[in-house]
Amino acid sequence: MSRRKTERLLGLVVCLLSTRRYLTAEQIRHVVPGYPEDGDVFKRMFERDKDDLRDLGVPLETGYNHPFDDEAGYRISQQAYELPELRLEADEAAVLGLAARVWRRAELAGAAAGALLKLRAAGVDDPALADPGGPEPGVEPRLGATEPAFGPLWEAVRDRRPVRFAYRAAGRSAAADRALEPWGVVNRKGRWYVAGWDRDRADTRVFRLSRIAGQVKFCGPAGSVTVPPGADVRELVSAWDSQPARENSAVLRVRSGAGVGLRRGAVSVEPAEDGWDQVTALYADVGTFADYAASFGPDVIVLEPPDLREAVITRLKGVLA
Amino acid sequence: MTSALGPSTERLQRLLALVPYVMSRRVVGLAETAAAFGMRQRDLVDDLNLLWCVELRAPDPYCPIDLSYEGGEIMVSKAESIGRPLRLGVDEAAALLVALRMLAEVPGTGDRSALSRLIAKLEDAAGEAASVSAQVAVQLVDHNEQGVSDQIRSALADGRRLHLCYYVPGRDEATDRDVDPMRLLVVDGRQYLEGWCYRAEGMRLFRLDRILHLAVLDVAASPPKAAAPVDLDQGLFRPSAEDIFVTLELSVAGRWVAEYYPCESVTELPDGRLRVVLRTPDTGWVRRLALRLGEDGRVVEPESLAESARAAARAALAQYT
Repeated sequence: MSRRKTERLLGLVVCLLSTRRYLTAEQIRHVVPGYPEDGDVFKRMFERDKDDLRDLGVPLETGYNHPFDDEAGYRISQQAYELPELRLEADEAAVLGLAARVWRRAELAGAAAGALLKLRAAGVDDPALADPGGPEPGVEPRLGATEPAFGPLWEAVRDRRPVRFAYRAAGRSAAADRALEPWGVVNRKGRWYVAGWDRDRADTRVFRLSRIAGQVKFCGPAGSVTVPPGADVRELVSAWDSQPARENSAVLRVRSGAGVGLRRGAVSVEPAEDGWDQVTALYADVGTFADYAASFGPDVIVLEPPDLREAVITRLKGVLA
Repeated sequence: MTSALGPSTERLQRLLALVPYVMSRRVVGLAETAAAFGMRQRDLVDDLNLLWCVELRAPDPYCPIDLSYEGGEIMVSKAESIGRPLRLGVDEAAALLVALRMLAEVPGTGDRSALSRLIAKLEDAAGEAASVSAQVAVQLVDHNEQGVSDQIRSALADGRRLHLCYYVPGRDEATDRDVDPMRLLVVDGRQYLEGWCYRAEGMRLFRLDRILHLAVLDVAASPPKAAAPVDLDQGLFRPSAEDIFVTLELSVAGRWVAEYYPCESVTELPDGRLRVVLRTPDTGWVRRLALRLGEDGRVVEPESLAESARAAARAALAQYT
């Protein structure tokens, strides 16, 4: 069954590539073996075959040979079908092998493999085949996209479709519905974000994919989103994610030999009384820095400022609550 | 990627690559071709037979494809219009181009000029399909790791042993160790050194942003024969039978933990609270996490860990009175 379908689809591709004229469904039925006699069954099968070819990326054209024709015909333009001539130098082919391995267990991993196969089919010999170590032994970049929202959002960006999803903003107990015209997806420091135009807020917004709850649904046709010229999704995401400046100064007692991470970013470290050092460190946000200082337990005591000291005491009491 | 292809369409995709693969090489071995397509030789022969059997009636029956594989060498003598591979699809072009642009951001992957030449050639070949790839971006971390990564790469190239002073945040300690470098990984935006660690007597991963000092030793690296790099396609961190399971209950403000650490299970509780189970070989960092969370996170199990977090909090609080 499956083999006969593959044969039929292959025949269809060859037949439509070989013709300059548009062929009607009926003409195609006469040329390509494997279609049934019954007209309705044929129609349904032919529709599915066309969908299958389009899913594969075959550029199926519909048109008329003559303005007075009453039935549309089909053909595939050789030029639109073919991968253009592509010659790669050895060093370029080596980089290609490395790039094709980047997507790990991710939505685009299959697409990367498919692309590599087409390039090999075009005559490219990548050394990954002979030597899986790749060009520069030892350097292996990988990128995952395990968030379930990645697939539909990539589709939405690709097809320029608006989406709806439930989003749980940081620190909120309930998810809220959002409507977004997605402009692009960005991976920043290993996390995926989508940036675009928030229809309800009437402003640009950035969402972290891991905070999207449930399904992403399309809420408009393909092509209905316009990305404004000059919109820079990388810039939107890095502005959203940027760290506030560290403008506050804290004075801490840190046990000798402990608080290694704290000492790394410190302004100064001076010996204090027995077994302790006095460390001066800069921080941006009281809450965040109090979390960090509390994580060292009895190895760090905050001396200044008082609000930071209070915040750490609150954390520690919270552990005992 | 979007709509999963059915088995016959998937096979058609392979056949449309197989014909040009052979044609661009004139003659190619069965074994080599099977390896390139990641299939068994038996299935490849089946594919070749299918191609050879395709027949069109236009109006007289003829075979558009002629090929032979006598003596294990494949030759395609006639392929009519499918002699060139199909164009790259949008997903395929994006998968490769996004990966290549990411490689361009990784310090020292391959040579820059090969990378930019390949990007230009692929953009050219993909045509319109390349444009959407601009809406996916990857930004890597920049922890000023350039110097360290340069040193590691030169040690890899020269096969030399490294000495590291490495910060282990879970235990808040800096450790000295000798490591035979095997690979430099860039996974989900973070750089790692993978190598044989003589202190742990095993393969270990080291985050570059936690390397406090690094020296290339005047000693040849000689990792044990059994030292095998991790299979990146299975994920970086592998659970071990000795892992301890830790159950935490998080408030709304503590939900970030579920995003930040890989969890065995995540259960929603009333009021936006969350119960998560983590598995870890070392509970030191969980104790620090509990101190940091204060009342926003409670260790439910194991009880010994909950008690050690409370003891640390009591000891710390005693220093504030």
